[in-house]
Amino acid sequence: MSKLPKIALIGNPNAGKSSLFNSLTGLNQKTGNFPGVTMDKLTGIWELEPNRKVEVLDLPGIYSIYPKSIDEELVINILGNPAHADYPDMAIVVADASNLKRNLLLFSQVRDLGIPTVLALNMVDVAENQGYVINSIKLARELNIEVAEINAKKGIGVNGLRLAVEKTLKNRYASNDALPLPVGDDLLADITAQYGEADPYRSLLWLMEHDRMKMFSEEQRIGFDRLQEKHRFDAKSYKTSETVKRYEALSEIVERCVINLNRQWDAPPVKTMTDRLDSFFLHPVGGYLIFLGILFLMFQAVFTWAAYPMDAIDGGVAQLNDYLKEILPASALTGLLTDGLIAGIGGVLIFVPQIAFLFFFISMLEETGYMSRVMFIMDKLMRRFGLNGKSVVPLMSGVACAVPAIMSTRSIGSWKDRLITIMVTPLMSCSARLPIYTVLIALVVPEKSTLFGMFNLQGLALFGLYLLGFFMAILSAWVMKQLLQVKEKSYFIMELPTYKGPRFKHMALSIYNSVKAFVFEAGKIIVAISIVLWVLASYGPGDSLATVEQSVRQANPTLSASELANKVAAEKLEQSYAGHFGHFIEPVIKPLGYDWKIGIALITSFAAREVFVGTMSTIYSLGGEVDDENATIKNRMRAEINPVTGKPLYDAALGFSLLIFYAFAMQCMSTLATTYRETKSWKYPAIQFLYMTTLAYLSAFIVYQVLA
Amino acid sequence: MSGTLADLKVGEQAEIMGFTDELLSLKLLEMGCLPGTVIELTHQAPFGDPIAIKVSGYTLSMRKEEAATIQVKTK
Ligand SMILES: Nc1nc2c(ncn2[C@@H]2O[C@H](COP(=O)(O)OP(=O)(O)OP(=O)(O)O)[C@@H](O)[C@H]2O)c(=O)[nH]1
Ligand SMILES: [Mg+2]
Repeated sequence: MSKLPKIALIGNPNAGKSSLFNSLTGLNQKTGNFPGVTMDKLTGIWELEPNRKVEVLDLPGIYSIYPKSIDEELVINILGNPAHADYPDMAIVVADASNLKRNLLLFSQVRDLGIPTVLALNMVDVAENQGYVINSIKLARELNIEVAEINAKKGIGVNGLRLAVEKTLKNRYASNDALPLPVGDDLLADITAQYGEADPYRSLLWLMEHDRMKMFSEEQRIGFDRLQEKHRFDAKSYKTSETVKRYEALSEIVERCVINLNRQWDAPPVKTMTDRLDSFFLHPVGGYLIFLGILFLMFQAVFTWAAYPMDAIDGGVAQLNDYLKEILPASALTGLLTDGLIAGIGGVLIFVPQIAFLFFFISMLEETGYMSRVMFIMDKLMRRFGLNGKSVVPLMSGVACAVPAIMSTRSIGSWKDRLITIMVTPLMSCSARLPIYTVLIALVVPEKSTLFGMFNLQGLALFGLYLLGFFMAILSAWVMKQLLQVKEKSYFIMELPTYKGPRFKHMALSIYNSVKAFVFEAGKIIVAISIVLWVLASYGPGDSLATVEQSVRQANPTLSASELANKVAAEKLEQSYAGHFGHFIEPVIKPLGYDWKIGIALITSFAAREVFVGTMSTIYSLGGEVDDENATIKNRMRAEINPVTGKPLYDAALGFSLLIFYAFAMQCMSTLATTYRETKSWKYPAIQFLYMTTLAYLSAFIVYQVLA
Repeated sequence: MSGTLADLKVGEQAEIMGFTDELLSLKLLEMGCLPGTVIELTHQAPFGDPIAIKVSGYTLSMRKEEAATIQVKTK
């Protein structure tokens, strides 16, 4: 394979890099209207012309080439190191035109690093709405660079950008301006002597940021420190003066190239849509109420609106199963197909409507720009508990899935805040818990009941569980803050972007992708475990299962045929391998109110909690009481009788105990693996697993003992 | 009248004079808070912290303790 030219997308956070990446490559990289959506690099192919392809690299946003958090560090490690595998042949600097001066600061730095650069002026529509008109031809002349006006969101202007890129790829023009601020020639000579020839500005970047650059060894880093000392070079003051100097030059350029219509007409400053919306959403009291209201609406919707399609899917799967059982010969294989496989798949499919609603709301919050406002109003509260306003994004997206949520902590500058956020994020109820909540709530909270005749109690219970997860998360964060006792300065200097209308097509696509991932990822595990479980539950050690039927018949000579069949099935399950496993851990879980059947589900859900419902349906379908007309998992669980009391097994005490257990327990290998990757140490996933599981056990114990 | 950004009330405008914290000043400069720029305090979160200011045409939020490192002059 010949090497394709590589183009890096560089720009301030939220400038529209990922949107542009999507329109160039046709891929579906995640976008959102708040700074810090993209946390990792992603490569795609852009077909400039038929048979002429280039590689495009989407990167996290940066405000300058001096990184302040690890997502920014990643970009500098690429741009500062020509030996890096991702070092680009050229860069497209994506600039938010409504904030031109600040965006040009980064542009000027990237260009001075010696990378051929094109400027893509994005969000021109936003700038025009605010009354700014940019003369991009003049700007191109002033900056001596190709400039293309684009609308990354709508994919407008790609053609102009293509021409600019072609030109730049051909002439590889990179300015080799003098340094923004002169330094001693002997300093540059020393750097060149020790670290090799490089663009002078890049040499300075190395000198100032060597601690954040992975290309240097310990020894080389010490060498840089020595050079700084020898030449009395103060990196901090250099960066400060450099920034001021650049802004001075850019101010003049912007002054010449941007027409401010507001000023021309001498009109009073217009109140933009964003200003007006913010007076509600950022209101000192109203802001909180609105936020709570939005969350509340979200969970009511997830529970009540999704119920209709869910019932339809549930009934459909049960009917399909009954039909198959009728037409297929009664055999072990039919059992595997219907009670194992189809029941397992049905257990996944039924939750598609809820997951879709959940993702709809979350992507709505992300797309409109409201997420930044939540960070703003929550910062003070979060700080008390050892977190940070920016922890809101991981915690909110933790409601969907903890894996991307933990990755999104990379934009948190302080290591302590970031670590605590990583540790507590899995306590937020993720979408894999939703099925468990739904089934159990339906069992223990009466369906028809409402509060004040308007709020569905089941929806309220669900909302309560999510709130509980959140409160436990911030409480745990507080405890960790006390334990860590690190005095590290964190800051919260953050842009609040303008509100933008959601793109429904984009939202639909992201919902579709999330649902697809849920169905296939979760589906694979669930189907695999269902099959394994079915085998384990259908066979037992030695010939124990073969003799079950005979011994049951002898022990109960008076039973009718169907009662006898049920009893045999129940006895068989108990004697199977799965039954043995369940009995094995029963002593440990008895204080929480769980029997050996629930024990089997607990064991299977340790790798991934989404298998709980599938496991339950396999166990109960094999374990007798097979009443074909009501063969849904809910009804089967409802029919379970506690052998000691003779009352339904799933009473409030057991139901809530299980709910609490699943709310707090760490039952997800992928999350632990992500924590390991993000903290680079096995210590933290181990602590995470232990503290969450202990928390789950103790809380479930208390709940059961109090309610029973 | 001179003071720090933390002393402003919602709706008040002021001109940035300088910074007292060297570490924060770079970040603030990069975000467009340059000496001589006129800013306006637009929002305060519940309990007065963090705050949001309008600076060179966009909204920037920061904590009160960070705002206290920005010296300003009101007219
Ligand atoms: N009005 C308007 N909105 C745009 C335009 N381009 C992008 N957006 C929106 O701006 C927001 C940010 O876009 P992203 O592509 O996620 O920005 P990014 O630069 O990748 O952001 P980070 O990954 O956080 O650095 C999204 O809500 C987009 O829909 C544009 O030209 N006009
Ligand atoms: Mg992005």
